[in-house]
Amino acid sequence: MTDMTRFSPLSRLSRDDKPIAIAAMFILVILIAGTCYTLVRFGNAPLLTPAYLIQQLQIGSFLGIIAAGMMLVILISQIDLSVPWTLAAGAMTATAVGGEWALPAALGVGLFVGLLNGFGVAYLRIPSMIFTLGVNAVMRGLMVAQTGGFAPQTAATDLMRYIAAERTFGVPHAIFVWLAISIGMVILLRKTTFGRAIYAIGNKEAAAYLSGVATRRVTILAFVMCSVAASLSGVLLAGYATKAYQGMGDAYVLPAIAAVVIGGTNILGGRGRYLGTVVGVILIVLLNSVLSIMEMPEAGRQIIYGLVIISMLLVYGRGEKVAS
Amino acid sequence: MSATKSSDLGLRLRQNMGFAIAVVLFAVVYFLYQLSHPKGFSSQVFVQNSNEVFSLAMLAMAQTVPVLMGGLDLSVGAVMTLVDCLASHVLEGSGWSIFGGIVLCLLTGAAAGLVNGCVVVFGRIQPIIATLATGAIYMGLALFLRPIPGGKINEDINWAMTNSLADFAETVGIFDDGKAPWFQTIAGFPTSLVFLIVVASVIWIPFRRSVTGRTVYAIGSAEGAAFMSGLNIERGKLAAFTLAGIFAGIGGIFMAIQTSSGNADIPMAGAYTLSSIASVVIGGTSLLGGTGGAIGSIFGTLILKVISFNFRIFDIAPLLQPLFEGLVLLGAVSLGALSILRVKNQLELFR
Repeated sequence: MTDMTRFSPLSRLSRDDKPIAIAAMFILVILIAGTCYTLVRFGNAPLLTPAYLIQQLQIGSFLGIIAAGMMLVILISQIDLSVPWTLAAGAMTATAVGGEWALPAALGVGLFVGLLNGFGVAYLRIPSMIFTLGVNAVMRGLMVAQTGGFAPQTAATDLMRYIAAERTFGVPHAIFVWLAISIGMVILLRKTTFGRAIYAIGNKEAAAYLSGVATRRVTILAFVMCSVAASLSGVLLAGYATKAYQGMGDAYVLPAIAAVVIGGTNILGGRGRYLGTVVGVILIVLLNSVLSIMEMPEAGRQIIYGLVIISMLLVYGRGEKVAS
Repeated sequence: MSATKSSDLGLRLRQNMGFAIAVVLFAVVYFLYQLSHPKGFSSQVFVQNSNEVFSLAMLAMAQTVPVLMGGLDLSVGAVMTLVDCLASHVLEGSGWSIFGGIVLCLLTGAAAGLVNGCVVVFGRIQPIIATLATGAIYMGLALFLRPIPGGKINEDINWAMTNSLADFAETVGIFDDGKAPWFQTIAGFPTSLVFLIVVASVIWIPFRRSVTGRTVYAIGSAEGAAFMSGLNIERGKLAAFTLAGIFAGIGGIFMAIQTSSGNADIPMAGAYTLSSIASVVIGGTSLLGGTGGAIGSIFGTLILKVISFNFRIFDIAPLLQPLFEGLVLLGAVSLGALSILRVKNQLELFR
């Protein structure tokens, strides 16, 4: 048994790389299965065309930006449930303000929500699960009161449409935004003190504090980045759909958490690579897309979605038998 | 002797501060509500309030058990919806077929909870992410059972469960059809509230006092220490999730009876799950595990619900309701955070 595992190619990978390799292989499995289905059913293979893959990346970029922010918060063993209405608030603010101040105003909303979340978690020491849940309800109330519960009549600005939907050399600009944020995340997590501090806090907050890490400041900054990412994603989504609408962020928070975890980041914090989050996002987006090509009813989609998360985690996400 | 007794009482009060605050807060908001109700206090209003509270109260109790263990169950809303959809298929008949249907629903809830427990215990996946995934599966099963809202519930059981005790006795045919003289003093009491009290005292209180129940609390306080003390950790965790499934199942049965239909509504299930977490926290249970209890969570639900009742009375725009609910939740948890002002050593803040 030990010999088997020693010679299998997966065992040569480090603990953080194994989930990424397995998730990447699973993406190939999804693509192959989907292609077999379309070949048999329609006699063509649209899944392997660049146009299809680029479109999936464009859809994935909205989720990917949220997941990047969510990963920072999960790495410090917190969670941000205020993402749905931070996203919607960003989108609604951007379309309501309009003009050249649309983008700064939306990011300002994200900054404010992030500071509030960070304050509650870092200074009041309220569990992030419940504090961000409350902030989400407050943001929802504010937005519903502001818009009267109807879809806002204001439209996305030209700039928002430009960065979300228009293309250069056939590649949508949203993918460039995701790429830029991804490069920033890798540099942030690997090369900066802030990145080291994030992992340190996630592993043992008391030890990080005693080592001189400004744990409160890092926590607040992580929450600010998560909320700003959510509001930016809201701006992009509004640009893509040309308008903001009620509940536009509700479908994003759980997939974002799932993407981060499927990518090998420990839900308890302190472990995980950013590349894994990108792979996790692509996996979820492709899975959704292939299931809808197969005309799978919502019921079957939910079940497959749950089974995929559980089976991926059973392969590499298992924890200790007894938590110490 | 009396001195030790009074200090004993003081200690118990300090240990259950969150619970005590929840009870007092509920008393205040419900008193205000009844005071300002245009029709004044009546059995009818009481029954209506109780019916609106029941399902969420069950879900809050369900959420309490994994939270006490230091975990979280994000699938309670999905389990409730699954049982709701199942009940809309099996509670149509009469007599023994209804009894069988209710047993089947309870078993389904328990099985869903047990599966959660198995994934957590044997799969060793963190409860929050494990139940996120199983919740999607249960939601899918619910959608298979009820792709579109519908179904039917026996009308007698709907009438008996969602009205006062007098109507219950009349439908079931006990106590001279509810006209026995001694029965009149409690005849106006809501049936659903009685069932809530029965479930709490027949299931929760014995569980809390059992070794397994104590184990759940011990796991939440210090899992390693509980393991070293020879407690059966695996059994405690399995029991905690199974009990959560049973409570969520009871909530689902009542929801089907109340609405006379099954509805696999994904956003509604999510909203119920989140409200259950809020109820647990407002009811004085720590999200870190080890302290609190299901009775407190019932009061947490009552507070959340009575606040929304007050919205109708004071004629506040329903659009503002989520804003106030959020502010109440933030206010409640921030009040609980005041204890950090007493912390003398920074290191005590890190758990």
